[in-house]
Amino acid sequence: MIICITARGAGMDAPVEQRFGRAPYFVFVDTETGDSNAVANSLVDAAGGVGPRAAQVLVDHRATVLITGQVGGNAARALQAGGIRVYAYRGDGRVADALEQYTAGKLAPLL
Amino acid sequence: MKLVVASGKGGTGKSTVAANVAYSLSRARDVVLVDCDVEEPNLHLFFPAPATEVPVTTPVPEIDADRCTFCGECGRFCRYGALAVLKDRVLVFPELCHSCGGCTLVCPQGAIRETPRTIGSVRCSRPLPTLTLISGVLNEGEVQAPAVIRKAKLLAEGHPLVLYDASPGIACPVIETLEGCDACILVTESTPFGLHDLRLAAEVAEKLGISAGVVINRSDGRDDPIVAFCRDHDLPVLMTIPFDRQIAAVQNPGGLIGRELPGWEERFVELFRKASALQEVRS
Amino acid sequence: MIRLAVISGKGGTGKTMVTAALADINRLPQVLADCDVDASNLELLFPHRRISTEAFMGLEVARIDPARCQDCGICADRCRFGAIVRRDDAWQVDALHCEGCGVCEYVCPMGAIRMEPHICGEICTSATERGYLAHARLAPGSGNSGLLVHEVKKRAVGLLDGCEVMLVDGPPGIGCPLISTISGMNAVLIVTEPSVSALHDLGRLVTVCRRFNLRIFVAINRFDLEEGICGEIEAYCEEESLPVVGRIPFDLQVVEAVRNNRPVTRTQSPASKAIHALWDNLSEELEMP
Repeated sequence: MIICITARGAGMDAPVEQRFGRAPYFVFVDTETGDSNAVANSLVDAAGGVGPRAAQVLVDHRATVLITGQVGGNAARALQAGGIRVYAYRGDGRVADALEQYTAGKLAPLL
Repeated sequence: MKLVVASGKGGTGKSTVAANVAYSLSRARDVVLVDCDVEEPNLHLFFPAPATEVPVTTPVPEIDADRCTFCGECGRFCRYGALAVLKDRVLVFPELCHSCGGCTLVCPQGAIRETPRTIGSVRCSRPLPTLTLISGVLNEGEVQAPAVIRKAKLLAEGHPLVLYDASPGIACPVIETLEGCDACILVTESTPFGLHDLRLAAEVAEKLGISAGVVINRSDGRDDPIVAFCRDHDLPVLMTIPFDRQIAAVQNPGGLIGRELPGWEERFVELFRKASALQEVRS
Repeated sequence: MIRLAVISGKGGTGKTMVTAALADINRLPQVLADCDVDASNLELLFPHRRISTEAFMGLEVARIDPARCQDCGICADRCRFGAIVRRDDAWQVDALHCEGCGVCEYVCPMGAIRMEPHICGEICTSATERGYLAHARLAPGSGNSGLLVHEVKKRAVGLLDGCEVMLVDGPPGIGCPLISTISGMNAVLIVTEPSVSALHDLGRLVTVCRRFNLRIFVAINRFDLEEGICGEIEAYCEEESLPVVGRIPFDLQVVEAVRNNRPVTRTQSPASKAIHALWDNLSEELEMP
């Protein structure tokens, strides 16, 4: 399974970003291998319609779970249609912390 | 003559001025009044009459599921996020679509065609024998106001005397309304908010090369900052409407002072004459 | 840290007036952000000194390289926005009409068209007597956007050091700029008024706010003008468990204060008194020190 966590920087130690579409980085973690891969989000400075486009980035990376702070209405529709489950992380922690909480079943579904 | 009534700030009485000028002129000649404030059209409240409605549509993509290979080209091209290509389907967000047609061009399978989608309407009525009202109405949640404005303006095309009521602000709907017009009346009120927003509206008119004059509404006589601004920017003050209980009593329930208070019909005709002269000065 | 956004749904309900009044009352160190970029009027009520001004880049705009253009006109033919015009015997892009879709760049057989960043406004920070203020100004023809709101907020956050309150004047509507405004806030104060359209917008606004992890408060401005609709608003808030923290009466001194470029709280007036009570309620609800 591939989990995407929105982040302010590249890597597991970067702080989690609350926004989805304009998150500076998407950190993809493969739970089977433990490998992580940070992708810079080209939509950071886009003027509009970032939600659905960011959802497409997740689909392209075969993510099935998203951990972030908040998602807008259009993004929600695209994520749901893409079969991506979304969990809310609203703390100030790092990507690794959010992942740990998710694994421990402590994060509530956002959608 | 194509004359626009605009204002930088909302709530300055722009529509009231447009309605009064239209009514006053219609006493002597044929007038077309176009409501281009398509997000909040309200000129019909001054002139209730049965209307004929024409839908306004814009083309949006439709995906042929048999041909689509989910390659993602359309989703990557679209800068508005109106298409999201997933593993087994393409999601279309029609309300984000700007109808540029790019997706149909980039699709390597020819799997996208465009279908019309209704985003609003234009309502035409004839409240007085000499007054035609054309109101653009944008449906809630839609963003393509310029498309509705274009359609409303198109229906008024060719008429010798057209008045347009623009939306407040300085964004693209206002520019769409001002385009191709001869002159512009900017309605303001004598507060710092009014002056601030007048400054922006005047910049837009100047940028488009359209001569403008100013109407000061709800004036309490302390208009010096506005008058000074107008003098410095070569904007003639065409009319001042005082803050007056009698005027408010007519206007608050939706009445027209040009119709109901003596002397105002002539003043609005005079306002139109001065605004028309702006254009002649320039040309 | 309290992050409070003042929003309204419908325009013209007195949102900026209330924001300025709250900024004036609050004695905790604060930063202000004016995210109502289409009518950024907060700066008018506080004397301020500009600290920084930066260009804001919006959606990209097409540019035709005249050296490569072979005059075929395919771009003009394909542009749906009438943004490619004949000027001085050459095809040129009219930036006011270009919507940045990229079709012309795609169809040009000569590769003569590029999408380029376009300045569509400026983002500023200023120092006022009531704290730092982040605000913006748009070029004509540009609309507010979630991105611009985000940039304004980012400037405000950068000035937060040592502050306990961030107070944001939000945009009208429920679109992208609004979402961008309330994201990351702990609370919103909705300023509404007793009119049918404002009540209608209130419902839509609350639906949007509920998607976020924040507390929602309501204030009714000019509540005494239409008692019937005001009752409907109160009933709606009751049903939705939304605390009504303020009821501001219609008061001519509000207009007078704006005219004098001052927050209404500098006057002895019924509206000022009501906004003080509103602030006390908010402070208590938000457990401000």
